[in-house]
Amino acid sequence: MSEQISEDQVKHVAELAKLKIDDDQLPYFTTQLDKIIGLFETLSEVDTDGVEPTSSVTDQLNTMREDVADNWNQREELLANAPDAEKGYIKVPSIIDESGDNE
Amino acid sequence: MNYFDHSLSDIHEQLVKKEITSEDLTKETLSNIHEVDNDINAFITIDDEGALAKAKKADEKGIDADNLLSGMPVAIKDNLVTKGLKTTAASKILENFKPIYTATAVEKLEALNAVNVGKTNMDEFAMGGSTENSAFKITHNPWDTTKVPGGSSGGSAASVAAGEVLVALGSDTGGSIRQPASFNGVVGMKPTYGRVSRWGLIAFGSSLDQIGPITRNVADNATVLNAISGHDTHDMTSSTKDVPDFTSTLNSGVKGLRIGIPKEFMAAGINDDVKKVVLDAAETYKKLGATVEEVSLPHTKYGVAAYYIISSSEASSNLQRFDGIRYGHRSQDAKNLEELYVKSRSEGFGDEVKRRIMLGTFSLSAGFYDAYFKKAAQVRTLMINDFTNAFKDFDLILAPTAPTPAYGIGEDVSDPMTMYMNDVLTLPVNLAGLPGMSIPAGFSNGLPVGVQLIGRPYDELTIYQAGNAFEQSTDFHKQTPKMGGNN
Repeated sequence: MSEQISEDQVKHVAELAKLKIDDDQLPYFTTQLDKIIGLFETLSEVDTDGVEPTSSVTDQLNTMREDVADNWNQREELLANAPDAEKGYIKVPSIIDESGDNE
Repeated sequence: MNYFDHSLSDIHEQLVKKEITSEDLTKETLSNIHEVDNDINAFITIDDEGALAKAKKADEKGIDADNLLSGMPVAIKDNLVTKGLKTTAASKILENFKPIYTATAVEKLEALNAVNVGKTNMDEFAMGGSTENSAFKITHNPWDTTKVPGGSSGGSAASVAAGEVLVALGSDTGGSIRQPASFNGVVGMKPTYGRVSRWGLIAFGSSLDQIGPITRNVADNATVLNAISGHDTHDMTSSTKDVPDFTSTLNSGVKGLRIGIPKEFMAAGINDDVKKVVLDAAETYKKLGATVEEVSLPHTKYGVAAYYIISSSEASSNLQRFDGIRYGHRSQDAKNLEELYVKSRSEGFGDEVKRRIMLGTFSLSAGFYDAYFKKAAQVRTLMINDFTNAFKDFDLILAPTAPTPAYGIGEDVSDPMTMYMNDVLTLPVNLAGLPGMSIPAGFSNGLPVGVQLIGRPYDELTIYQAGNAFEQSTDFHKQTPKMGGNN
């Protein structure tokens, strides 16, 4: 059905982006992304030989400031936003897989 | 009280003359918001307690006669962080997030003793044009509650249009201030890239995002931009250029001003009523002494493709920070770290955000980077050149803001392509970093229609001058929606 992007490619891109697309959602996302990437293809009509890409339109070269901390000493407020915290640390699940699936 | 027939200067006068205190004004504003928002849903968070405390403080300090924002209630889009006050970007992933600092633009308003009454609804992470992508609620257009308010700053624009506040801040990455301003019959300015610090704006497309004011009239808008502009050491793209007084030339008229209408902006796909509103505005400008001629911006039709590649690529990078570790939603059934990232993000982000992240990841991925991201960045250069050429012969560009008036809730949401095409008239301004403002200029079947004024980089002054000249000779901005028999 698709020309620009396949279901496998969508799965791969989702993986790169740390997203999981359920199998039953895959055709829906693939059809939509395919249409949009089809639109992206129209850019190939434009002659861009020798044209410099623009990544930003800022007129600032660099901004320097004193290397001093501001707005600090808010450990409690910061930790209050963490989904799980204990004794001043943010808690995460163990990094080693404990599901046993990959052993 | 509602703000339908008011402006900053007349409310300010009441405050200065002590006919009302900021505290009482804020109380009345909040009670009106609580009532009106039953129908409109403009706010995600209404901060009664914080607002009243700030208003009290403003009264204690004394209303400054020279500062129109002193003690004045304002609303803030919910992607601008506010210390201690929940900031969600309308995403489930930030449902309970309380920032530990305040965005520079908001801080500048608060330094002038403006009173933040709450945080407005928006499309999740500002991705969308109808505010229907909010994870929390659907905002209704005050002119017709079956219609969308536009987006992504739909809550901000609707709150002003509904008379809930006189001033709201929005953000604009591809039209997110101007398009809802058009849909709601209010004034919305996207300033030049770099004019307003982006520090504390939850990032979407960092080379495109700008914060700007939404107000009932042009003079109020200029007053608010005066307040929030200027260099900020926290944002290295914020400009060190001097900030002029944007109200200083409001009454200078448009005699001799050269205005161009891009023919590509009046092409197929633009609603006939919208075209007529633009042509009528051109006639008004001619009568006021400006010249109006056609101009060409030949790469306009490639804008949507270039914009969605660039903005999605930047978004895919910016939204990597949402990982379920330090703040935000964390999945409850992850067995290891990898699963924690994937499940937290997959549960926390809505479909549109996922689509953008995937489009960006695809455009930047090995093998596709040159064909998509680099190509889009080159087309961006060509679009900038189009504007540079146009501004050799013209001082200002006049164009429709959006292809149509507000459409029905639920009409477009299922087809992202239709949504994306709606941005065709606003996103070139972001790609080129230019200032652009939408002002009320007519109606179509009872719904407001705006026109867009686009200026040279850092020339918001000419936009305000021309905007005010138009406003003074028309009464579109004075019309108000008829909501629930309230007025």
